[in-house]
Amino acid sequence: MEIGLGHYLTVSAIIFTLGVLGIFLNRKNVIIILMSIEMMLLAVNLNLVAFSTFLHDLVGQIFAMIILTVAAAEAAIGLAILVVYFRNRGSIRVEDINMMKG
Amino acid sequence: MILQGIAFYVFAALLVASGVMVISARNPVHSVLFLILAFFQAAGLCLLMGAEFIAMILVIVYVGAVAVLFLFVVMMLDINFRELRKGAMEALPLGALVGLILLAELAAVVGGWIVAPNVAAIAGAPTPSIDQVSNTQALGRLMYTQYVYLFQASGIVLLIAMIGAIVLTLRHRPGVHKQNIGVQIARRREEVVAIRKVTTGEGV
Repeated sequence: MEIGLGHYLTVSAIIFTLGVLGIFLNRKNVIIILMSIEMMLLAVNLNLVAFSTFLHDLVGQIFAMIILTVAAAEAAIGLAILVVYFRNRGSIRVEDINMMKG
Repeated sequence: MILQGIAFYVFAALLVASGVMVISARNPVHSVLFLILAFFQAAGLCLLMGAEFIAMILVIVYVGAVAVLFLFVVMMLDINFRELRKGAMEALPLGALVGLILLAELAAVVGGWIVAPNVAAIAGAPTPSIDQVSNTQALGRLMYTQYVYLFQASGIVLLIAMIGAIVLTLRHRPGVHKQNIGVQIARRREEVVAIRKVTTGEGV
């Protein structure tokens, strides 16, 4: 039972799909949507690290660290926007977010 | 080898299970806690692959910062989550369809894919042997030399995110009295103190 690259790729594919599914299932709840996005980024990170170790190329881990940075920044900004929105409107329902009529 | 297989399957099963719980838990606090569990399992998988530094960074950044930030926001905002969950099952068929299609595509990619034979020759930075240089040291050597601009740029990204979050959430409430040190120091004796001659028995 040799654990190869395919095993890790399968796990990260499942996690990525769960993230997409989470966005569809919790369309009204922005917090869960943000968590799903974090999960998808985690899957991408796992993918990069798996390729990096199985192909013996360290650059993949550098990429993973950059993605981690961007994910942290995204979470901070997203939650700040959420807090401000809640302060102004008293609700975070996704269907209420229509001020810009996009 | 057998131990590695067992560890992989335990981590992977727990990761997928906690991922399912993240998107299906009724209480968002539970969702965040399962997200933390998922991050820990992912760190375990990274450790299993030999990427120790990424594993530790996952624990520190994702669990220590991002997930705790989520927990703070979920607990701070007074939201009726039960109402938000209404209609989640209506979207299930469409979401399941999209998820299945995506999973099938990813399975096709993973299944019908082979490593090019000359890939080791074109590696951007070949991993040094682990008994000479540890993973962290190798990453540091690479990141502070070849990728130093990328490193600086990610620092700027974090700085801008920090400034943005502060600017977004800072608020000036009217009617709140605060100490204004500049005004206090700029006061001069002549402007605020007046000397009057008071005649006895009459008052000012």
